[in-house]
Amino acid sequence: MPAASKAVAVSPAAAVPVPGATAEIVTFRPPLRPVLERVGEMARHVAGIVLPPLIVIGLSLLVWQLLCSEPGARLPPPTKVVSDAWDFIVDPFYDNGGIDKGAFWQITKSLGRVGIGFSFAAVVGVALGVLIGQSTWAMRGLDPIFQVLRTVPPLAWLPLSLAGFRHSDPSALFVIFITSIWPIIINTSVGVRNIPQDYRNVAAVIRLSWWEVFWKITLPATVPYIFTGLRIGVGLSWLAIVAAEMLIGGVGIGFFIWDAWNSSRISDIIVALAYIGIVGFLLDKLIATIGHFVSHGVAAQ
Amino acid sequence: MTQPYLKFEQIGMRFRRGQMSTEVLRDIDLIINKGEFVSLIGHSGCGKSTLLNILGGLLQSTTGEVFLEGKVVDEPGPDRAIVFQNHSLLPWLTVYGNVAIAVDKVFGKTKSKEERHDWVMHNLELVQMAQAKDKRPHEVSGGMKQRVGIARALAMQPKVLLMDEPFGALDALTRAHLQDSVMEIHARLGNTVMMITHDVDEAVLLSDRVVMMTNGPSATIGEILEIGLPRPRRRLELATDAEYARCRAAVLEFLYARHRVPVRAAA
Repeated sequence: MPAASKAVAVSPAAAVPVPGATAEIVTFRPPLRPVLERVGEMARHVAGIVLPPLIVIGLSLLVWQLLCSEPGARLPPPTKVVSDAWDFIVDPFYDNGGIDKGAFWQITKSLGRVGIGFSFAAVVGVALGVLIGQSTWAMRGLDPIFQVLRTVPPLAWLPLSLAGFRHSDPSALFVIFITSIWPIIINTSVGVRNIPQDYRNVAAVIRLSWWEVFWKITLPATVPYIFTGLRIGVGLSWLAIVAAEMLIGGVGIGFFIWDAWNSSRISDIIVALAYIGIVGFLLDKLIATIGHFVSHGVAAQ
Repeated sequence: MTQPYLKFEQIGMRFRRGQMSTEVLRDIDLIINKGEFVSLIGHSGCGKSTLLNILGGLLQSTTGEVFLEGKVVDEPGPDRAIVFQNHSLLPWLTVYGNVAIAVDKVFGKTKSKEERHDWVMHNLELVQMAQAKDKRPHEVSGGMKQRVGIARALAMQPKVLLMDEPFGALDALTRAHLQDSVMEIHARLGNTVMMITHDVDEAVLLSDRVVMMTNGPSATIGEILEIGLPRPRRRLELATDAEYARCRAAVLEFLYARHRVPVRAAA
């Protein structure tokens, strides 16, 4: 702007070539600069997110390496973990029969147990949660029992369920079920009790039946709470399955760790721990993502 | 004379909390004619909302009855649709869905699927929200939410439309815009409307009659003012209108000279 006005002020004749020259530069520069700037900005943004964890992980591995490198070290350093467990890491799909299977099969088996036990817990938990959320009588009757039972550690249920089911597999499923059901019940009932009176008034004015209120008002209004419960529940059940599998044996990432300990494969244990952590993280994200979509963005991610 | 369209007969309301019992309303007698726009104005806590909720069926009066076309009102229903102060839209439904849930329930047996769809769209067009039909409540402004709330209530084809401070939560410009919309809709459809408001201008501008309530507890109707202004009324022209100024002054006088909020030093 200042250049153009100056040119006009000096002489009208001289002004003719000057705008021509600036116009050329003006049209070319803007698309060029932002593209470069945008790429640079994006790179900086990505680096800002990716670099800190990479640096911290790198430093931790370095410290670990230094601490465990001396000859008498009880735990293997990272380099030794990778070289020892190389077969286990590179081929997750091997199957030598019995319980000698790759990481993929071990984790799949554990996930299958969690899937079944957790699904039962979700259905029963939501139903019970809605019941004690809607009925004061049911809440007064059941809530004290729930408050006591939910503090029982998952594994304390295992002997009882073994006695009841007489088989290890249903017992493991029951432990998952009983571990993950409490947060689902409690969060659902809180959600039902917190439905705004306004929604109930709307339902009353348009005269929804009991059943329609349940489907069209109660459930959708409670979805964010239900998914909070489900997220806590799935985390707990993943905690419980590893412990339960250690005791019941067979295929599964929990017993794999126990088996590795018995045969002194410490490196396998460390790799399995990393897998368990990653799978647990992904389970949590999965439930959160489903909740986000089901509640149309209302439930927290 | 034939039976009145809407009649409040000796309505009284007491709330009990343990041993305490407070009389909120007493001796409310009021007759509202078909097609009339009546505002209820009074200070906070004078029981306006209680009276509206009794008509809506959400509350049961302690004494007296409300008759709508000769029938006793004792439960909520779509013939007395309510526009709530805070819009009360269901956040998981779209704008369309919020109207459709009411239309599907009220006209599920009498209208075909296509007719119901057309009826939902018709009512959204009435409040100028048809273009936003697929948005969710949190994606539209406060004024637009209230438009949807009005569309939902209108779509039930109520015998009386109840509005509980419908514009109370909106800014002044949006409020004026919505008041104009309501006047236009009222002129077109001829609904019977009962509206609660705090706003003197709003009451005078929109109403055929302004019902002024005395202060609670034990509030009752203090005075009823007929607003003789011809319709359609235009905000700008009324600003200098002598009759408008007189009505406005009458309401202000009632609220601030004769029934000022008592200083509750003792309470």
